[in-house]
Amino acid sequence: MEMAVFGLFALLALGSSLVVVAHKSPIYSTLSLVLTLFSVAVLFVLLGAPFIATLQLLIYAGAILVLFLFVIMLLNVGREEGIPGGHRVQLVTAILGALAFTGALWLLLRPALGAAPQAALTEELVSLSGLAQELFAEYLLPFEIVGLLLLVAVIGATVVARRPTADELAGGAGAGGAGSTGSNRAVDEVEAADATTPSWAADEDRAGGGARPASFPGGGSLAGGAAAGGEAAGIATPGVRP
Amino acid sequence: MSAGTSDLIGTAIKLAVALGILLNVVPVMVWVERRGSALMQDRPGPNRLGPLGLFQALADALKFMFKEDVTPSAVDRPLYLMAPVLGLLPALTTFAVVPFGPDVTVRGHLYQMVVAPAQTGVLLFLAIASLGVYSLVMAGYASNNKYSLLGSIRASSQLISYELALTLSVVAVIIPVSSFQLRDVVDYQQHHVWNVLPQVLGFLVFLIAAFAETNRLPFDLPEAESELVAGFHTEYSAMRFATFFMSEYISMTSLSALGATLYFGGWTLPGVHISGLLGVAVGLAVLFGKVACFLAFFVWVRWTFPRFRYDQLMRLGWKVLLPLAILNLIVVAALTLAGVL
Repeated sequence: MEMAVFGLFALLALGSSLVVVAHKSPIYSTLSLVLTLFSVAVLFVLLGAPFIATLQLLIYAGAILVLFLFVIMLLNVGREEGIPGGHRVQLVTAILGALAFTGALWLLLRPALGAAPQAALTEELVSLSGLAQELFAEYLLPFEIVGLLLLVAVIGATVVARRPTADELAGGAGAGGAGSTGSNRAVDEVEAADATTPSWAADEDRAGGGARPASFPGGGSLAGGAAAGGEAAGIATPGVRP
Repeated sequence: MSAGTSDLIGTAIKLAVALGILLNVVPVMVWVERRGSALMQDRPGPNRLGPLGLFQALADALKFMFKEDVTPSAVDRPLYLMAPVLGLLPALTTFAVVPFGPDVTVRGHLYQMVVAPAQTGVLLFLAIASLGVYSLVMAGYASNNKYSLLGSIRASSQLISYELALTLSVVAVIIPVSSFQLRDVVDYQQHHVWNVLPQVLGFLVFLIAAFAETNRLPFDLPEAESELVAGFHTEYSAMRFATFFMSEYISMTSLSALGATLYFGGWTLPGVHISGLLGVAVGLAVLFGKVACFLAFFVWVRWTFPRFRYDQLMRLGWKVLLPLAILNLIVVAALTLAGVL
């Protein structure tokens, strides 16, 4: 019984991951990736790690791939587009990539191959409390650092995705708030300060300070709350609105 | 009988009961929706067929089955045909982790009154529920229709946004219980008070996010009739359209059952302790009484509030509900740490 389930879902995982790579339509590729992740989640359950399986579904299949689909549909990507140089370039890079990956895998696995077998993953270790113990006691610092890294990525994405405000457009400043080079318009002190500080800092100022005049709309503060009148940034970036 | 066989038979019976209830909720809810809207708009509503027009729901179902099933020629056929079914599956599956009665021993074998006693309980519920969005996205993309595509783009961004608030409010319930299993959540509430009292804020966030997760008014932007014809299911007809309908009502029911279990004691009532098969019957009745209150509230709200605009929806989700959910989480965590909860 267990073997049959394993065989079925291992085949599904392999087959669907082939479709991910081979299919011409990005939508089909993404949906196959969902199937791959689902099958791998089932394999996790068979390995006695239901928590990891659930997280796999919740985070990858339930959230990240929905964002993939969202972006694909928003950009209305139809079919795969040809790469200049055609298949030869693809082939060479694919072989190089495969070699590099094999090398990395070998370096990673070599010490383990000769060494005495380590203690097997017990059910306690991959259970809820076991994982929590490891994450929040043993590896707390790396865990927090990873969280910080994600925060940096979020802030970076917000800065990049932010629309330039009306003021910045008038002043000729770029969307990133990187200063107004080449603009010969007079920019008053406040706006200059806004343009030179990173926009997320300005947003936080605004959220904290409360009542800045509405001359600086756009760009939602991550902290949320106080900033009224701004359009939601990040994922909520409109353009979707018909 | 061996323990394995007893388990198998027990699971089959529980599955049959759960599926029977969930599938029969749909026609009843259609009737409630139509009569409820009529009540609120001061008109009779469907009242010709059967007592109080109850058989109207049957007539509706028959009509859906016998109508012509049109598949437009320019659709992406495999995805178009799969989408309605994929919507129904997660809606039906999520209920499996909701407990509906006390443990029962029959002929020396212990049966837990939950279809799937998974260790990760409520997380599994959320994980499977979050897969429901693929049905909407596939339907919208495969229909080859601008309105459908707009509807499904809205659906994906809306569900992602409100899932955060929903999950955070659920996590706040989990903290004092320190178990993901819903039976432990019910147990905890039997020994303390219903979670809705200490966690009013979390419950409000949960409730509002539940409306968004099930695409119900005031958050039915994926199918906003006045803007998008019918949104993601514009090109669907007959039973395929009805399947979308069914998954909406069934996921409402499942989510209501989750809400009742997390915040209102699930299948228990304070001061009532009945064991055995009678206890299971009473438990089921109590759980579905609570679910019925939730569902009535869904209908009430639908015919009361106008639809949100897209930017208002996003602002509410990210700038109001998410911070509130985080605040609730911090407060509950602190109270738990202090030993109050």
